[in-house]
Amino acid sequence: MSESGQDNSSQNKSDQNRQLLFLLPLLLFVAMAVLLATGLGKDPTELDSQLIGKSIPGFQKTLLFSPNKTISEKELQGPALINVFASWCPACYTEHPYLMQLAQSKAVKIYGLNYKDKRDKGQKFVNDLGNPYDLILFDDNGRLGIDMGVYGAPETFVINSDNQIVYRHVGIVNLDVWQNILRPRMFANQEGSASKSTGQAAK
Amino acid sequence: MNRLIKSSILLWASIFISLVSAEITIYEFDDPELELRFNNLSQELRCPKCQNNNLADSDAPLAVDLKDIVYEKMNQGQSDEQIVGFLKERYGDFITYRPPVKPSTWLIWFGPFVLLLGGFVIILRFVSNRKESTIVKAEVAETSSADLISQWAEEAESEVDSIRDSENQKN
Repeated sequence: MSESGQDNSSQNKSDQNRQLLFLLPLLLFVAMAVLLATGLGKDPTELDSQLIGKSIPGFQKTLLFSPNKTISEKELQGPALINVFASWCPACYTEHPYLMQLAQSKAVKIYGLNYKDKRDKGQKFVNDLGNPYDLILFDDNGRLGIDMGVYGAPETFVINSDNQIVYRHVGIVNLDVWQNILRPRMFANQEGSASKSTGQAAK
Repeated sequence: MNRLIKSSILLWASIFISLVSAEITIYEFDDPELELRFNNLSQELRCPKCQNNNLADSDAPLAVDLKDIVYEKMNQGQSDEQIVGFLKERYGDFITYRPPVKPSTWLIWFGPFVLLLGGFVIILRFVSNRKESTIVKAEVAETSSADLISQWAEEAESEVDSIRDSENQKN
């Protein structure tokens, strides 16, 4: 009598184990689903910039409108935006009117980087659509672009007052992007030194 | 005559092919070992613009620029590690198809082996469980059949006895 009781309990136990074994695929499925779902919302074509927190890379580049004048990174001073554009880039034409608006509002200094363009075509682009830029660097061979990790146009880099790159935006800039993404990051280090240190720690 | 036409077609075809291939192979090396390294590296590096292409297969302007840089640096005597490092500083781990081993990539490096090992463990446990249970069942069957046979033998004997008794009483 007592022996059969033991048999029952051990059988119950192995039944429980078996039930857990049946649950295992379900658990694995849920884990995989969660893992894959976190990747769903992300845009795979948007890469994180490797230059966040670093200074603007060194360069010697001519200006788009003065081929004889060469300037270096020391002549840039943040807070500012560096906007990568080209005449061959359709989205740059879409973006340009807002850059004009932004420049006219004097809310921010915008530097232009004419990326992998022909000089006459780049000049025509700016002459036709207006010039929102403080100065325009001419990157004909695209090497400055590569130093900045540019992989397309338009891209816009946010430079803080220490001339550090704090953010890179891929795609067009509009009112929404400026107000909600670029401006808060550009002036993040001017809201007191305490928030600066925590902000950097959070990154 | 026929032979002449054939050979002229062949000649034109070979000229055409050489023109086409001249357009593709821009990078020339004096050292075949360098060429091999260049080919390997440009196949292992990924084009940031056209994400599912390697540099070798991509004609995107950025991919061409990056190949130029690899070519330049290789001819300057830089190692593969130095060149990949240079590109990683600008484009991140994304630039290479061979991700580095670090905590955030442990899943992709070791995950398949963990799953394989788990599968082995489950199979081993399944097989050993099955062996044990068949042995137990077999033993139970043997003892019970032996018992049954002796029981039947006893019952048969007692029945025979009772029949004999009743026959004796009739007589």
